Amino acid sequence: MFETIKCIELQKNQVIKDIKNATVNEKFRGLSKIHSEKCTNCNECKNICPTNAIIGIGEDLSIDLGKCIFCGECERVCTSDVIKFSNFHKLGSTLREGLITKGELDPIKSTEFIKKTFGRSFKLRQVSAGGCNSCEMELGACSNANFDMGRFGIEFVASPRHADGIVITGPITKNMAKALEDTYQAISEPKIIILVGACAISGGIFQNSEELNREFLEKHKVDLYISGCPAHPLTIINAILDFLGR
Amino acid sequence: MYLEIKNNQTVNKADIPIDSFKNIKKDLDFKKMRVVQFFVNPENGKNRLYCVFTGNESTKRLFVVSCYVENSFESITPINLALHLFEREIYENFEIKPIGHPWIKPVRKQDNYEFLKSDDMQTHEVAVGPVHAGIIESGHFRFLCNSERINHLEVQLGYQHRGAEKMLKIAPSIQLAESICGDSTIAYALTFAHAIESLSNIKVDKKSEIIRLIALELERIAIHIGDLGGIAEDIAYKIGSAVFGVTRTLVINTMQEICGNRFGKGLIKIDGVNFDIDTKIGEKILSMLDEVQKRVDKMMKAMNNNTSVLSRLEKTAIVSIKHAKEIGMVGMAARACNVKIDARKFDDENFEILTTGGGDVHSRFYIRYVEIKQSKKIIENLLEKLEGEINLERQFVNLAPNSFVTSITESWRGELAHTVITDEKGNIETYKIKDPSFNNWLGLAIANRNGQISNFPVCNKSFNLSYCGFDL
Ligand code: SF4
Ligand code: SF4
Repeated sequence: MFETIKCIELQKNQVIKDIKNATVNEKFRGLSKIHSEKCTNCNECKNICPTNAIIGIGEDLSIDLGKCIFCGECERVCTSDVIKFSNFHKLGSTLREGLITKGELDPIKSTEFIKKTFGRSFKLRQVSAGGCNSCEMELGACSNANFDMGRFGIEFVASPRHADGIVITGPITKNMAKALEDTYQAISEPKIIILVGACAISGGIFQNSEELNREFLEKHKVDLYISGCPAHPLTIINAILDFLGR
Repeated sequence: MYLEIKNNQTVNKADIPIDSFKNIKKDLDFKKMRVVQFFVNPENGKNRLYCVFTGNESTKRLFVVSCYVENSFESITPINLALHLFEREIYENFEIKPIGHPWIKPVRKQDNYEFLKSDDMQTHEVAVGPVHAGIIESGHFRFLCNSERINHLEVQLGYQHRGAEKMLKIAPSIQLAESICGDSTIAYALTFAHAIESLSNIKVDKKSEIIRLIALELERIAIHIGDLGGIAEDIAYKIGSAVFGVTRTLVINTMQEICGNRFGKGLIKIDGVNFDIDTKIGEKILSMLDEVQKRVDKMMKAMNNNTSVLSRLEKTAIVSIKHAKEIGMVGMAARACNVKIDARKFDDENFEILTTGGGDVHSRFYIRYVEIKQSKKIIENLLEKLEGEINLERQFVNLAPNSFVTSITESWRGELAHTVITDEKGNIETYKIKDPSFNNWLGLAIANRNGQISNFPVCNKSFNLSYCGFDL
């Protein structure tokens, strides 16, 4: 008993108090800055990118953070220092096009309706549709004693019947397509769809797989995209807080 | 007739003996040998079956043999249960039938899956998944229960199937390899890199190889701590799950300090690593490990002295040593049954394999603690050997034609094997992955027999097997 009580001290004071202003280690690859004026049109970055995330060349060069898996290969291969990753971690958007960046992202805007309906309590059901377990573990970490997303009233629940929305990870495999749709249908209206990770947003590294069935995303409107491979817990929590207008 | 090979050694396809199936079958008695890979590679219009195997315990010897098969072969499963999934996989991929296989069912395909049924009026079915209650990957469990007691558990997988082997064959990349099973990022990337490097005769500088091994052990420590927390969570011992949860954060944040990603994505490249560990980071790793050890020690002591914790873990969901050997379990779960199997032995003859006996949830709980301590020591030794510079230059990857290589890594779960075969042009003909979960899922099913269904979550967590590593 006393030993257990002594252990409480091990856990104390590790919570990140100011989630909004917390920063991630400087080595973290987050938002990429692009100095397109230096680009020599050599196409090296495009050739090496494993997910076709680089769009345009020269002046128009931009990165699609819905596809990018933040491997850093483009930065390493570029001899003209065009692409530079920063540790800025707030990578989310309510629009798919909003993830295509030349170095900046528009902040996520909430609506009165979302704020009023979900602002104080937001329960989510997670479905892994072919995810590699990294995105899943980071979503799990959101609720641990460091990040403690629960304090904002945002929680993952066991049943879709208790949920206000669905969080999808993974490229959506053929074998998971039906289970995903069923889970979504079991949630009552109004409901939110959040995609976490490059896989979910665009297929990511698995975009050319023959075993995917992404019909779900054609049928339903996605409300929030959160980038990463995997998405960092601070990225996830901040995106959801912004989305809720908190 | 077989060829002895070394881990990560490239051999010519033509040098691999072609024996008769009968002879191979004779050699695969589970009492003598353990199968690492068993798959078919179509070559020149014929189906060549390759089998990589090793001695039973604490061995560093590895052998390969092959034979041609037509539309069917005589199933080996009846004399070596460990082969049951390998044979089913061959049937699923090539429609080559293992005749006499007691349990032919789909491995990853979903259609026409038939679960075992019971006519007994007292027995009811419980279906769990593919979407689970927590934030975990997708898979299906079907229980046949007599009130609270599990008579039988069947695990049906394939939901996470993305066709990774096929993708690796067409467009191999380290980024793809490390995304197949994200909780074993380093192990997958390392195994892929070792195989490709061996095939293209690329030598990795010493420092890079040490950094890779440090990362591998860090991954083991991180996941093991997370699992200790998971087990605590599943028996509603909340303080344990909270403390282990934040302790794991220390480890993965250090990984992020090394390479910018908490899971180590982007660290390993073909021919080395992308990020150095300098003295500053080295010292940080050391002090982090000391802190982690201190906390884990304290928490483990509290849990191990708590009778209500022990009553949930001890004698729960037992796999006997006999069963573990019979079904060919590997890795940490096997070592928890006192089976001495560890792939780190392939590379280092003096490697000490640690085991905890018992085969119950507590053994699988405790083996993690033992291995965390062991990995800490390994890292400390490796850090002392760090010197010089890493090589950031990229070498040209040019795979040797008509070759065969098997790379094996001890991931935190156990023996992870990648076998790569190239054609006459040096393109990849087959990329075959065997995740440790492939061996161990049956272990989970056996552990739960006659157990309480309410114990299933903690038992499942104590194995923590991979869905996407299995489904590929
Ligand atoms: S960091 Fe992103 S854009 Fe750059 S190569 Fe990797 S996936 Fe492509
Ligand atoms: S986005 Fe990356 S981390 Fe997330 S599931 Fe896909 S491969 Fe895994």
